[in-house]
Amino acid sequence: MREGTDRLASLAGVSDARTATLRDAVGLGLAVGLYGVAFGAAADAAGLDVWQALVLSALMFTGASQFALVGVLGAGGSGLAAIGSALLLGTRNTVYGVRLAPLLAPRGVFRRVGAAHWVIDETTAMAVAAPGRELGRLAFWATGATIYLGWNLTTVLGALGASGLGGTAQAALDAVVPAAFLALLWPRLRRGFPEAPVQRRVALGGAVVALLLTPVVPAGVQVIAAVLAVALAGRPRPGAGEVPSRPGDAAAPRTRSASAGEEDS
Amino acid sequence: MTSGTLWTVVLIAAVGCYLLKLVGLSVPAAWVQRPWVTRVVEFVPAALQAALVAVQAATSGPALVVDGRLAGLAVAALALALRAPFIVVLVLAGATGALVHVLAG
Repeated sequence: MREGTDRLASLAGVSDARTATLRDAVGLGLAVGLYGVAFGAAADAAGLDVWQALVLSALMFTGASQFALVGVLGAGGSGLAAIGSALLLGTRNTVYGVRLAPLLAPRGVFRRVGAAHWVIDETTAMAVAAPGRELGRLAFWATGATIYLGWNLTTVLGALGASGLGGTAQAALDAVVPAAFLALLWPRLRRGFPEAPVQRRVALGGAVVALLLTPVVPAGVQVIAAVLAVALAGRPRPGAGEVPSRPGDAAAPRTRSASAGEEDS
Repeated sequence: MTSGTLWTVVLIAAVGCYLLKLVGLSVPAAWVQRPWVTRVVEFVPAALQAALVAVQAATSGPALVVDGRLAGLAVAALALALRAPFIVVLVLAGATGALVHVLAG
């Protein structure tokens, strides 16, 4: 740690820190790219064409909501249920935006409108974990740019790759899609995530609610209704409103900067 | 669902999700940082994503079904517990699904 502080103190150290931030951003972009392939494939399996998958990645640009949208559509759900579940998962980004606002302090309407598009799990994790405001901003923009590029590119790859499948390969893809969803959820359930046991209880509750309701409600509604399982989390802890929730998308915790952030939260 | 309806769904959801991001950057922090709000937001992903996993792996329309997808999911869970990388998890799940498909004919 002391070595790190000394390094930061020197001018050369500042450029080192910038390089490290950029390297982490690119590394994270590459890791997230794999999820883009999975999303493209899931979108194709749900009946979306390549363009629709790409527009989701380019315009919506928030993985969990995108997966939820195609997940509900793939299960035969209505458009309303699909939109609802995407929006419910999108509320996370509102909380991230509140945390990032003082750090990014976007001046003017254009910057704010631009910055908002890249407020996601990974950019928040990297920006908050970076030492200092300058590096925080750099981490936000660099992570945003690499992930945006990688995510859109790999979405197209996944969608095109999946659209040529048939028979046994289709059965393989059918099994890959729920596995990808599980991998997305997994970091929240793992030891070390804040209140992991409570997260597990809520997740189990959500799955049970969805399965119980499946035979009796229109497709897709059971996914929205699963939000009731949040009640299993119980009341907020004292002061919880000020404690920022740690972003928990699958790829983020594996990088160096993000794990540095885990130590101080 | 027609292609036109699908496009409408895609665009409404995309714009909605973008607005949720923009609101975070634009409103006073006190509006969002209330204990109950952050509590709910913190646990929505677990509930919804688990529901999606269950629906994707064990249902077909209104029916609960057990097939290669559930076998693939079990293998994926095991791989994740053993800290396998994402790509390995997907390959194992896919191979399991394909194997069950072939065996079940």
